Amino acid sequence: MVERYVMSIDQGTTSTRCILFDHRGRLVTVAQREHRQFFPQPGWVEHDASEIRRNLERIVPEALSDVGIDVGQIIAIGIANQRETTVLWDRRTGAPVCRAIVWQDVRTAQLVEDLRRSPGDAFFLDRCCLRPSTYFSAPRLRWLFDHVDGLEQRARDGEVLFGTVESWLIWNLTGGADGGLHITDATNASRTMLMNIRTLTWDPELLEFFGVPSAMLPEIRPSIEAYGQARSMLPGVPITAALGDQQAALFGQTCFSPGEAKCTYGTGSFLVMNTGTDLVRSRHGLLTTVAYKIADQPTVYALEGPIAVTGSLVQWFRDRLGLISSAPEIETLALTVEDNGGCYIVPAFSGLFAPHWRSDARGVIVGLTSYITKGHLARAVLEATGWQTREVVDAMNADSALAMKELKVDGGMTSDNLLMQFLADVLDLPVVRPLVAETVSLGAAYAAGLAAGFWPDLEVLRRNWHRAAQWMPDMDPERREWEYECWKRAVERSLGWIRPSGPA
Amino acid sequence: MAGPVQSIERAAAILRLLAGGPRRLGLGEVASSLGLAKGTAHGILRTLQHVDFVEQDEATGKYQLGAALLHLGTSYLDVNELRSRSINWADALAARSGEAVRLGTPLEGKVLVVHHVFRPDDTLQTLDVGTLLPLHACSLGKVLLAFGAEPVEPLVDAGLEEYTRHTLVRSEDLSRALVEVRELGWGAEVQEMAMGEAGVAAPIRGHGGLVVGAIGVSGPVERICDTKGRPQPALITLLREAARAISRDLGAARW
Repeated sequence: MVERYVMSIDQGTTSTRCILFDHRGRLVTVAQREHRQFFPQPGWVEHDASEIRRNLERIVPEALSDVGIDVGQIIAIGIANQRETTVLWDRRTGAPVCRAIVWQDVRTAQLVEDLRRSPGDAFFLDRCCLRPSTYFSAPRLRWLFDHVDGLEQRARDGEVLFGTVESWLIWNLTGGADGGLHITDATNASRTMLMNIRTLTWDPELLEFFGVPSAMLPEIRPSIEAYGQARSMLPGVPITAALGDQQAALFGQTCFSPGEAKCTYGTGSFLVMNTGTDLVRSRHGLLTTVAYKIADQPTVYALEGPIAVTGSLVQWFRDRLGLISSAPEIETLALTVEDNGGCYIVPAFSGLFAPHWRSDARGVIVGLTSYITKGHLARAVLEATGWQTREVVDAMNADSALAMKELKVDGGMTSDNLLMQFLADVLDLPVVRPLVAETVSLGAAYAAGLAAGFWPDLEVLRRNWHRAAQWMPDMDPERREWEYECWKRAVERSLGWIRPSGPA
Repeated sequence: MAGPVQSIERAAAILRLLAGGPRRLGLGEVASSLGLAKGTAHGILRTLQHVDFVEQDEATGKYQLGAALLHLGTSYLDVNELRSRSINWADALAARSGEAVRLGTPLEGKVLVVHHVFRPDDTLQTLDVGTLLPLHACSLGKVLLAFGAEPVEPLVDAGLEEYTRHTLVRSEDLSRALVEVRELGWGAEVQEMAMGEAGVAAPIRGHGGLVVGAIGVSGPVERICDTKGRPQPALITLLREAARAISRDLGAARW
């Protein structure tokens, strides 16, 4: 019998990856290619959407030839993507009308400040469960309309299409200017600030508020459903799933039951908890988001706590301070001392995300004495990730009736043993790492394979999940509380550093 | 015995030249200082750069001594770096073999477990990263001994402790076993550390083929070995693939 595979396309912030999974959910091959990051001004981050499309055109055949299979053996395609990044392209030529504005870009900071004053957070929270932030797509669309001549009119005339990256890729895969499908999935749409979180449709009041014409918007579809067949690159193969990357990781970690949570530790970290079909409105600084929607089944929701700086603090320690030569060495350096020596680092490099949402915060190192060595600083760097996770977990537990019982982790930082033990210690929860580390890709593959009948149901996927490592809490409760108090005091000291206007 | 190898003499001269001052040197300066053709000097510099003895400044293209020279003599590879670079391959090995996987490096006459992947059956298991194992009684240790990552003599001098009746306690037996490990390219332990337990391990090589650690699979003897008490060939194949993949990632060219 001919072996069949599911193809997962993970379009991330720094690279695009194409991964094949076999029927047992095992990774068979990886092809990947990085794309350029453009920083035209401080705080601006852009991608070239055409470059991303070309990269995909290269890695798809690479993945196939690496395993020596043909297109017919691919049963379905699933897409996971960097979220919130905004792509605009010409409906007739298929060319992007400007560079894609990436989720990290903070050019809309002033606009966002204005929105929070008027009409205020409540207007947005009621409709899309997001408070205004530079993080989301809609303020970027408004910014583009205000800064690119004629763009708003072209959008009204239906000449320009909007989408997040999965929309762009699906449109191109299914024919592009020649009848390509212009669709998005509910998880990605839930990050635009334009979708009504309850009805999963574009919200007329939000569209009107941001001045976004509906002619330019993709159709919102379930995350898991047969969308259509690819025409280019993988002719005839059905595209059956699309999910934002963090939702894909939740799916890949098989967090299908309410209360199950995962945290992906990368440049930033994203803790997401399944809240089932209940829409939980956060009162403690979390985002309510769509976890996934399978065809016509009820929508599954999630609470999410994004943390802006975790792995990137280690990179800063390596590249800017030069105290280590590779990221894993942070653990070696941290192990040269017993504890943090009273030193704490709050990495509010561009403000703090969940649960604080303070754009006026900046990073601080507190507790410096002549006793502190680079070893203590290394500890403080790792502990910052632990405490930031603790703050988000506390917010989750306060918002939801579902107390977390364990935390499933993935991402590059899970190879740091000291950090994983510290996490278990400060959360007072078991921390569990799964056998397949590529949870984003795996989630997209699971979702696509489920829709294509490659796997029958969620239970089968759950049985594919295996524990590769587990860290158990082992910290004196009094010490945990003391340290947490110290951390909170450190956070207080980072707040309000940025004042409304500096010297001219 | 053959005479001195000219290219190594020239490489040594280049390193001395770069060590001689605080300033980075351009290709032309290196070549003219030593009376070498530019092409020759460039070839040697490229090779030295490949083994990290020399670094080239991206902006100016000039050369200086590389960080690897500082760690010469300690065959330095950060154990946490080793774990980070091995993690995907170790996971894949556990998934395919269905058994627990460990990585070991030498530490003060023992094997330090630097990474551990649970047997993927979701039974209760405890992470034993940081545990020290006896070199002569486990497959990880035998591999480290066989490929020179740790000297044998001090171990034998101190006396080989007996863990089970299968433990190799006589130095002749250990020596013979190590010769076999070198010939096969992998090592086994069958009920030598604990009755009912067995394991196989293969070397992980870094730059130039130097053995920096070992990766092993272990479990109940009836699953690791066939009915004759010999390790399952299919398991050895998976193990050696993983070891080779990690070695390639670490910069070993031919393994």
